[in-house]
Amino acid sequence: MSERTKIDARGAYCPGPLMELIAGLKLINVGDEIEVLSSDKGSANDIPEWVKKVHHEMVGITQQDGYWSIVVRKAK
Amino acid sequence: MAKRILIVGGGLAGTIVANGLCRQLREDLSAGSVVINMIGATDKHLYQPGLLYLPFGRARESELFRDQRKVLDRRVPYFIDPAKHIDVDKQVVTTQSGKAHSYDYLVIATGSRIRPDNIPGMTEGAHWFYDLDGARKMRDALAAFQGGRIVVNVNAPHKCPVAPLEIVFMLREHLAAKGLLDKSEITYTYPIGRLHALEPVANWTVPEFQKYGIKSETFFNTKSVDAKAKTITSEEGSTLEYDLLVTIPPHTGQQVILDSNLGAGGWVPTVRNTLLREGSQNVFVVGDTTNIPISKAGSTAHFEADTIIDNISSLIKEDRWAREYDGKVFCFVETGLNSGTYVWFNYTTPPNPGPPSQMIHWFKLAYNRLYWLSARGLL
Repeated sequence: MSERTKIDARGAYCPGPLMELIAGLKLINVGDEIEVLSSDKGSANDIPEWVKKVHHEMVGITQQDGYWSIVVRKAK
Repeated sequence: MAKRILIVGGGLAGTIVANGLCRQLREDLSAGSVVINMIGATDKHLYQPGLLYLPFGRARESELFRDQRKVLDRRVPYFIDPAKHIDVDKQVVTTQSGKAHSYDYLVIATGSRIRPDNIPGMTEGAHWFYDLDGARKMRDALAAFQGGRIVVNVNAPHKCPVAPLEIVFMLREHLAAKGLLDKSEITYTYPIGRLHALEPVANWTVPEFQKYGIKSETFFNTKSVDAKAKTITSEEGSTLEYDLLVTIPPHTGQQVILDSNLGAGGWVPTVRNTLLREGSQNVFVVGDTTNIPISKAGSTAHFEADTIIDNISSLIKEDRWAREYDGKVFCFVETGLNSGTYVWFNYTTPPNPGPPSQMIHWFKLAYNRLYWLSARGLL
């Protein structure tokens, strides 16, 4: 069963949500997931764009109250 | 019985905490009601940002080091005996020599380390300036460089977020000074879809790179380096050829954090405002060691340390919490060998770098000296 790690990157200007995701993916096993919380609306675009480039899997994006929840599965 | 404060790690963060606590708890230390101990790995304290200047001959190795016992308040016994295991349930830290240090308050300041060995071929094929040996080798490589393709490659996670840009601008001026600019090109790679994690810095960098003819490739996360073929390949499928590869290697936390099961990657899960380890009420985490999603930088360590000093002092003297950390980070940005700018931000205030000037560059050079006052907790 896959595990899910949460990264709360709300209000994180540097290194920012995508960099946190990239670093976080290095620490989990293939098949496990990371949920990134981001208050930067750009994350809703740049995270899926990068995930597609490197062939991981987007599990979902949901807009919450003032932030986005973005779930990615490590595919390789 | 005396309250025992144990600081694990003798870098900037741990040293500021120790020296600051000595000032705020001087009466308690004199009375013997508080004891502060520090354990670390080396008798030397390194001014890490100074390594940036070493490859260009603009810093002497001797300028970058001080005796840790002279930087540290004399009231703090310093044990050069690295921590081997941290048991936060039993409140004891065991060292490599087998000695056990019990504590009432623990400050984990073990920092981060570069891991070029985590990427195939990087150790053999790349240069870096993030440790002394690497900076020495890069200095030699630059001295022998007669022109060609330089790739400056950035990996995540890494500390000192503006150093990758600084090294690009400094390399360009170095090549110009040696008359090699016409025979060289610099390509900068970055893991995400812009030139820097900080969006205003990224936006500022675009015209600067255009002005100087510096090439770039974004969404570049290093998969491997081929030292023989002199190529670097990304997870995204791009391959670049190089004559000189300068990398910002990926970082991890320290082995003792992993061995103590305190956090994946050696980063300790930390509450962003209190700087307490998640699940603990007497274990503080400071500097690069935290998993807080903010810059791993000396200024971060400094501002976090100030908060921890106030809170441990207040808890001991008044049995109450003093204040919270607001996420403040401040970074100088060298934009060449003679100009600089700066950027600051916190959890609620976005960064907004100003125009570069020679004056700010001089401030940065001055801070290179003032660092030692900062480590002593006087600045």
